[in-house]
Parts: sequence; C-alpha cells; structure tokens
Amino acid sequence: MTITGLFSQLLQVVVALALAPLLIGWVNQCRAWLSNRRAPPITLPYRTIRKLFTKDAVVADNASPIFRITPYVVFGAMCCAAAIVPSLATTLPFASAADAIALVGLFALARVFIALAAMDIGTSFGSLGARREMFIGFLAEPALLMVLFTASLISGSTSLATIVDTLAHRELGIYPSLAFAGVAFTMVSLAENARIPIDNPATHLELTMIHEAMVLEYSARHLALLEWASWLKLFNYSCIGLALFVPFGIASGTGWTELLAAAPALIGKLAIGGALLALIETLSAKLRVFRAPEFLGTAFMLAVLAMLVNLLLGS
Amino acid sequence: MSPAPLALIGFAAAAWLAIGAAGLIRPRSLRAVRTLFSLGSVLGVAIAVVACVALAGSPESAVLPLGLPDLPFHLRVDALSAFFLLLLGSATAAISLFSAGYFRSGSGTAPGLICFQYHAFVAAMVLVLIADDAYVFMVAWETMALASYFLVTTDHRIPEIRRAGFLYLLIAHVGAIAILLCFGVLQGGHGDYTFAAMRSITLPGWWGSAAFFLALTGFGAKAGVLPLHVWLPEAHPAAPSPVSALMSGVMLKTAIYGLLRVTFDLLGAQLWWWGAIALALGLVSALFGVIFAAAQTDMKRLLAYSSIENIGILVAAMGLVILFKTNAKPLLAAIALAALLYHALNHAMFKSLLFLATGSVLHATKERSLGKLGGLIHRMPWVAWLALAGTLASAGLPPLNGFVSEWLLLQAFLFTPTLPQSFINMLVPLAAAALVLAVALAGYVMVKFYGVIFLGRPREPSLAYAQDAGGFERAGLVALAAACVLLGIFPATVLAAIDHVTSLLVGSQASGGDTSWLLLAPLGAERSSYSPLIVLGAIVGAVLITIQLVHRMWHGRVRRAPAWDCGFPLQTPRMQDTAEGFGQPIRQVFEPFFRIERHLPSPFDAKPRYSVVASDHWWHWLYLPIARAAEAVARLFGLIQRGRISVYLTYSFVTLLALLLFVL
Repeated sequence: MTITGLFSQLLQVVVALALAPLLIGWVNQCRAWLSNRRAPPITLPYRTIRKLFTKDAVVADNASPIFRITPYVVFGAMCCAAAIVPSLATTLPFASAADAIALVGLFALARVFIALAAMDIGTSFGSLGARREMFIGFLAEPALLMVLFTASLISGSTSLATIVDTLAHRELGIYPSLAFAGVAFTMVSLAENARIPIDNPATHLELTMIHEAMVLEYSARHLALLEWASWLKLFNYSCIGLALFVPFGIASGTGWTELLAAAPALIGKLAIGGALLALIETLSAKLRVFRAPEFLGTAFMLAVLAMLVNLLLGS
Repeated sequence: MSPAPLALIGFAAAAWLAIGAAGLIRPRSLRAVRTLFSLGSVLGVAIAVVACVALAGSPESAVLPLGLPDLPFHLRVDALSAFFLLLLGSATAAISLFSAGYFRSGSGTAPGLICFQYHAFVAAMVLVLIADDAYVFMVAWETMALASYFLVTTDHRIPEIRRAGFLYLLIAHVGAIAILLCFGVLQGGHGDYTFAAMRSITLPGWWGSAAFFLALTGFGAKAGVLPLHVWLPEAHPAAPSPVSALMSGVMLKTAIYGLLRVTFDLLGAQLWWWGAIALALGLVSALFGVIFAAAQTDMKRLLAYSSIENIGILVAAMGLVILFKTNAKPLLAAIALAALLYHALNHAMFKSLLFLATGSVLHATKERSLGKLGGLIHRMPWVAWLALAGTLASAGLPPLNGFVSEWLLLQAFLFTPTLPQSFINMLVPLAAAALVLAVALAGYVMVKFYGVIFLGRPREPSLAYAQDAGGFERAGLVALAAACVLLGIFPATVLAAIDHVTSLLVGSQASGGDTSWLLLAPLGAERSSYSPLIVLGAIVGAVLITIQLVHRMWHGRVRRAPAWDCGFPLQTPRMQDTAEGFGQPIRQVFEPFFRIERHLPSPFDAKPRYSVVASDHWWHWLYLPIARAAEAVARLFGLIQRGRISVYLTYSFVTLLALLLFVL
C-alpha cells in the first residue's frame, strides 16, 4: 500500500460523498421536468443537509443508544462501500479488503441497523417500516448477489476490481447473460434505493412508505446523515451498475492524471444513468406492497437465469 | 515429556463425571452447585487448550480394559476429534459459567441432580468424540441421548414438557437404530467393530451407499435434518436455556462429527451422487428452517428453527465437499470443508449466546412468548448488547463470524462449475440461489428476534421490573460474544487450525493462496479476498471521524421529547408490531410451506377472536400417518390379546404343537 494509493482511495470516497447529493438533485430535477413541473435547483440536497446539521436533534424519550448510533453506522458502512465500489479506479488499496460478497454484506449491515433503529422507539410506523424494509431486503439481497455471481463467473473472480478489468477488456458485443443480469440489477436497484415502483421517496403517505417510515423519528444531524447515506447508497448502486455493464473509462492505475481523466467519464455516465432512472420512475406507477415479492421474485429469477445462461452458453 | 493429549482428555471427562457426582451429595445446596459449575467451566477451558495441542499433533490411540471381557474400549484422538473437542470445550466453558448463575431451586429437578445430568451429558459427548470403535461410540451416544432427555424434562411436572421429552427420545432412538445398522454394514461381515478395521475395508458400491444413507438418517435425526427435525422445536423450548444452548451449540455438532467421521474417514466418500443428495437435503432443510423461524412467536422455538437452518447449511456444505472430493478437486473440497467446520464453530458460539440470552430474559420476565416482551434494552442492557453481537453474527453480517463461513461457502459454490457432471453444474446456480435466500432470510429472522425482545416499548407492564443478568450469567455471555467477534476478525488463524482437519480428510489445505493474518484469500487475491479486520477498522474509523466532524463543525445538542409518530396523539405499546405481525409477510409469501388454520370472527360474535396457527406439514404428511399405522397394528395385536389366562395357555399349547410338528 503506497501513500499515493491511500490518497487515491480517500479521493474516491470524497468524490462519492460530494457527488451523491448532486446525483439525487439531478434525478429530482429530471423527474420534475418529465412531469412538467418547475425543477428545484440541483444543489437543493446540499442545502438540505446544511440546514439539518445546524438544527437541534430531537430524540424520543425512550430511545436507546442503538437509535443514536445507527445514523453513524449506516453512514460509515456506506462510506466503506464507496471505497470498495470501483467508481473512479479499480486498483485501489481497499479493494482487496472486501469483494463483491462483502459489499453485499455491508449493505445488509446498514439495512439491519436501520431496521433495528426503526423498531427502537416502538411506534407503529417504525416497526411497519422495519418489517417492510427487511421484507424487500430478503428478496433483493439474493438477487443482487446472483447478479454479482454472474459477473464473477465470467471473470472467475469475486473481486470487483478483477471483474471490472475483465469486463472492460472483453470484445464489444451483446452477452445474453449480462443482458439478463442487467435487467435484474436495474429492478433490484429500484427496490433497494426506495424508488418507484417499490417505494416512493416523495411520499409520507402511511400506507405506502417504507424508507420514510423508518426514519420518521429522526431529526437534524441524524436525519442528515441517514439521508446522505441513502443518497450515497444510490450513488454506490449506480456505480456498481456502471462498472458491471458499462465498464469503460474507469482508471486501472492510481495516478492523479488517470483519476482526473476518469472523473469526467464517471460524471457523464452518472448523468445519463440518473436521467434514465427519472424516466423509469416517471413512467411506472407504485406497486402495492404485496406486489413487491412478484417484482423482486422476477428480478431474482432473471438473475438466476443469467447465471444459467452463462453456464450453458459460456457467454 | 509432556502428558499425552488423549490421557488428559480422558481425565477431564472423568473429572466432569466426578463433578456431576459431587452435585448429588447436597442436591439442594445452591452454593455447592455454583462452585461445581464453575469448576466444570475451568475444565472446559482445559479441554479446549488440550484440543488445540492435539489438533496439531499426530493421531494417538489407546485401549482401555473397560467394558465387556472381549470388548475393550478403543479410544483415539485425531485432528477431526480434536477440532470438535475444541468446539465442545470452549462452548461448554462459557455455558457452564452461565449455568453457575442460572440454575435455582424450582419445582422441577433439584439443582444438584441437574448438575449431575449436565456433566454426564458433557462427558458422554467427549466420549463420542474420542471413541474408536462402534461399541464405545454407541454407549456414549446413548448416554448422551439419555442424559439430555432428563435435562430436557427438568420441569417434568408440565405435560407438554413430558411430551416434548418423549418425542425427543423417540427420534433419538430411531436415529440410534440407523447408526447401529450403519456400523453393522460398515464392518463388512468380519465382525470387527473397531474403526481401524472399518477404515481398512472398502465396501462394494451398494453397501457403501447403504452405510452412507443409514448414517445420514441416524446422524440427521440427531442434527435435525428434514424430515427428522420435529423434535428440535419441541425440545428446545422445553429445556432450561443452558441445556438448549448445549444441545443446539454442541450436541448437534456431535451429529455432524459422526457424519463426517463415517463419510470421510470410515467410508472414504466414494460416490459423487451422495454429495448431490446431501446438498439438496441440506438446502431444503435450511430454507424450511428459516422460513419457519420467521413465523414463530416463541423465542426459543424461533432459535430452534434457526438451528435447523444452520444444520441444513452444514449438511449442504458436506454435500459440496463430497462432490469435490470424488471429482478429485482437493483444494475446493478443502475450502468447502473449512467452511463447514468454521460454520459449525460459529454456530456453536452465536447460537449458544442467543439461547443463553433467552435464558436471562426468561428468568427476568418469566415470559417466552415474543408477544409479551419488548423494550428490554433499557432494563437489561448487558444481555441486550451482548445478544446484539450474537444477532449480527447469526444474520451473517460482516465483520462478525457468521459472515466468514458463509463467505467461504459461497466461494466454494462459485467455483463449482468446473465439475464433470453437467447435470450438477446446471443445478449449482439454483443451489447457490437457495443458499443466499436462506442467508438473507436469516437476517429477517434475527431482526425480528432482537427487535421484538429488546427494542421498542414493553408490551406488558410487568416488564418494568425486569432485572439484568447476574455476574456469572454476564461472564458466560461476554465470553461467547467475544468469541463471535474474535472468530470474525481473525479468520486466518482459525483456518490455520482447521487446515489440520482438511489435510486429514481431503488431503489439501484451505488457507493457501494469498492468505495472511490480515487477509483471507484461499484462492489467491486475484480471485477473491476479504479482510474483516480492515473492514471493521474502516467502519469504526468512519463512524468516529463522522461523529467528530459533525460535532466539531456544527454541534452535538440533543433534546428529548415524546415520540412523534407522524403526529398521532394516542400511542400504546400494543400498536407496535407483534411477532405474528412481523412474520406475516413471510407467512404470506411462503404460504404453501405452512399448514395454516385460521379462525376468523363472524359478525355476530359477542367476543370476536382472531387466531392463526401455522404448523408443520411434516406432522400431517409423515408422523401422524406413521402413528396411525402403529395404532392400527397395535389394534390387530389387541385382537389376539384377550386378557384371559386360558386363551394365552391355548396359544402356548398351539405353539408347542407347531414346533413339535416342525421338529418331527
């Protein structure tokens, strides 16, 4: 581990932290345009965070320490995930500490903590949200793992860096297994990031909310960290998707010039990806909670199919 | 020269028996029992230390002039026994420490008698692990079953507990018969029942398969593999919590030990399709167990079903080992076997921890039903925080121990597609999918377990008087929680110990590749790597830096206020999710798995009641038909049993006549 490697690693995390609110601002802007509304400024998420940090945190009387530590744990786990996901470069020092399976484990850790915190106050909405979140998670997590396994089978490795290197240096063409995996991954990302059609990030309607129900009791800096972590999660998922299915322009070294060259490519891909996400969200309607298993079951089956196709056709 | 490990282990087992016998002197004296359990705990540590030495040493055997005249006891300790002795010693040490504070005089068995049964149980398990002939093995196995039966029925005045004990004994004996028959097949007609003789014979194909399936049935009955799992969810809630911990954490592992001993050591794992069947059976058990765990409302039943899940994972891993070994892929076989042994060790730690935590909760609240608990983290912080370690480990989350073994197993799964059987290659993605589904569901189950017991608001007013666990109980819990963390962050050290077993059974080592103390990379860092210590450091570092930055740049002010809950004015603890409510989505998605009896209130009910009972299909598919058949046969015999002496005399006379005719 060299000093430059360490700095590049830190740079990647800082870039992720800085770009995550911008990505969500961009998605919200696109959504507003697509539904013929006047768009909020793209920097709104930054202002929201700053506003929340200056406020006094209000914590329920019967909250346990789990409630107060959770925002930090979730945020920390997402920062680690941002260090693992190859967004700018593949050969970063932290990449060898955790592979694709450990990455899914980190997401699961964040999910379990946020669900526990939601149950901690003992309100009806909190436990409802926790139950729904774990319900979505138990189907989405295997589907995500199967998508990553398909990519691992192609590259013979579960290390994300090796996967991306292999995928980026293949012949350009349509690979049926990756096509299936791509559809499955898109569906899982929508569900995991609380987007339409599984959850609606813009609602506080009791009967439909999942993520919002869990963070209802949070305020001020705790809420800011949780919101930032959820944006970071969207950023991480987008970067995983880009790295697996559009793995071009990612630096394979750790030099400053390479990283600087990789940044515009990343921002360009994220801009297109964010616009597509807004398009999907605008075109679809939210599903009832009990239709979610069908949606995620389809994603899971597609991911398994991708693995089977890969084994049968070898591509 | 230092004393031989085998002798030390034998002495420790005898000392455990002596401690147990000493408990009988003053059975109602709590102070005596407390001292004896503490001594037993020290012996557990000693066994673990000796096992560590034996693990690295060469196999060692002894013949004791005990038993019947022509049948001396053959004992042997090799790496496989030593590994399981290590598991037994370390888990028992913590559980005994907890037990020292747990057992109090109640309406059931006297504490001194429990002390005797407990130590006889542990000593019998040691003997199972060091037995080197079928005779000693069966004696120890049956002693273990009987001692645990008596422990399960500690509260024997309650009819359900007697019923649970009977069911346990029944299935234990069905299993024992299968094991006995298995040894009968294994000796191959030579009449020599030592393991050494069995090892030297190669059985012809079908006899080998018969032995394997008898072993799978027999040990599967003890381990709780589908469909012989029904005793687990009955016996675990019935038994006192330390006994549940010992049974789930250690006794189930002796069954896994037996399965490994017979399959790899005595039979030499001959045919690949044994592996395919074990894999399928294990995955079905795992999925079934975890789905049922999600629907449970009794905290100990929930953990019992979760044990079925974990045993299923172990059996599936064994199937994978057989597949790799028969296809001459020693490195992959070693990784799968290492995953199996690692998971067995992890499960012993986290499941014992969780069972003991339920014991403390039970003592403090007298409640086992999840629907009547809640908010205990405020009243019982020690138990709650230590149980959190077990919960996260059991949910398979990094950087705790449950994740490491699952990671290793998934690695083994991922590189399966190099097998020559294309049929198996096709099924492996499905198997991997089933495994990850089971692991993800385990997260659901554990959030339910922890959230409903320890978080939220107390569902009953009496919970406000719950007391935290005492000193001994805390010490036991701390030891197990520390084991969960340490096993999680130093996997390379554990793998180095497991290597002795893998080189014995499959002839390769799992800690090859780029594995160092910091990094786990059995197949080389290019293919996969995981470093729990770095992950832990990164998360803790990120958390600390964030806290510091936020507090420095802005402020750390906190105001306490009533919960908001979207502004709803009236909130009662009854409005939280119950255990039924939390498990309801799973019950709905997996409805065909359950046999559901719903009672819906009609509009005219004066006292409307709604109830749902989700029970196990296997009762109705397998056990009740067998019970009915047994009753029908008994009724047939009843026809000839008239209860009059003249009729019986006539039978004897007719039999004599028939025999005379036959002889003449």
